[in-house]
Amino acid sequence: MQPVATTFFFYLLSGLALLGGVLVITRKNAVHSALALILTLLALAGLYLMLYAPFVAGVQIILYAGGIMVLFLFVIMLVNLERSQKEEQFNKQWVIGTVAAVVTGILFVLVFVKSKELPNLVREHVAQLPEQSNTQQIAVFLYGNYMFTFEIASLLLLVAMIGAVVMAKKRI
Amino acid sequence: MAPITTFHYLVVAAALFVLGVIGVLTRRNVVIVLMSIELILNAVNLNLVAFSRLWGLQGQVFSIFVITDAAAEAAVGLGILIAFFRNKETVNVDEVDLLKW
Repeated sequence: MQPVATTFFFYLLSGLALLGGVLVITRKNAVHSALALILTLLALAGLYLMLYAPFVAGVQIILYAGGIMVLFLFVIMLVNLERSQKEEQFNKQWVIGTVAAVVTGILFVLVFVKSKELPNLVREHVAQLPEQSNTQQIAVFLYGNYMFTFEIASLLLLVAMIGAVVMAKKRI
Repeated sequence: MAPITTFHYLVVAAALFVLGVIGVLTRRNVVIVLMSIELILNAVNLNLVAFSRLWGLQGQVFSIFVITDAAAEAAVGLGILIAFFRNKETVNVDEVDLLKW
């Protein structure tokens, strides 16, 4: 199936993602930041779909927007943030922090521009990956070459679960 | 308009990364700092998936592991936040100074 209106969807989705990013770092209310982050995550899922990665897009929506952000919202509700909304939101070093971050971003873009790979990066016609077999091929990788990494990831999740429960308990 | 190349996606990912770093460095609310860290991880994911279209599916497999990692780290970070809030009743990063001399 041929992609349609790629330019329009790319600019729309990346504009939404960047708008969500700006809203996350500037809102006073933490719930507003969380909702803006959900907007960014959904826009990024759309971008993954444009990049022929339907499985990663699905995992992003289910796990990230539907799991991690719900966890964030629960914790925001548990922690009483009324008082912190009236305080000063940005710390004293915000100028040098912003300048350093922007310089880092320019450095990243320069790395790509000055590299030898640039002709490949600006090539227009990239191969369209097959979408139907994307999940199967990722499964072949996950349970084949990267089986060890997969098991380590599940061990990491077990450890994180125990750690989170121990941290949040009233008495250990 | 110019056709959309991989470089466009990389620039968007770099911009998201910069926004996340600004959030980590400038905000005083710990919850928003944690959310900015998630923004950084998502920028990295976009970078990986953009390159995986050129170089093979390993990028997408890596990004699945990054999402798993982000979930684990968010859970532990929020647990620490809850434990700290129980002691000090504040979510200000400037007040996390128990180890200061």
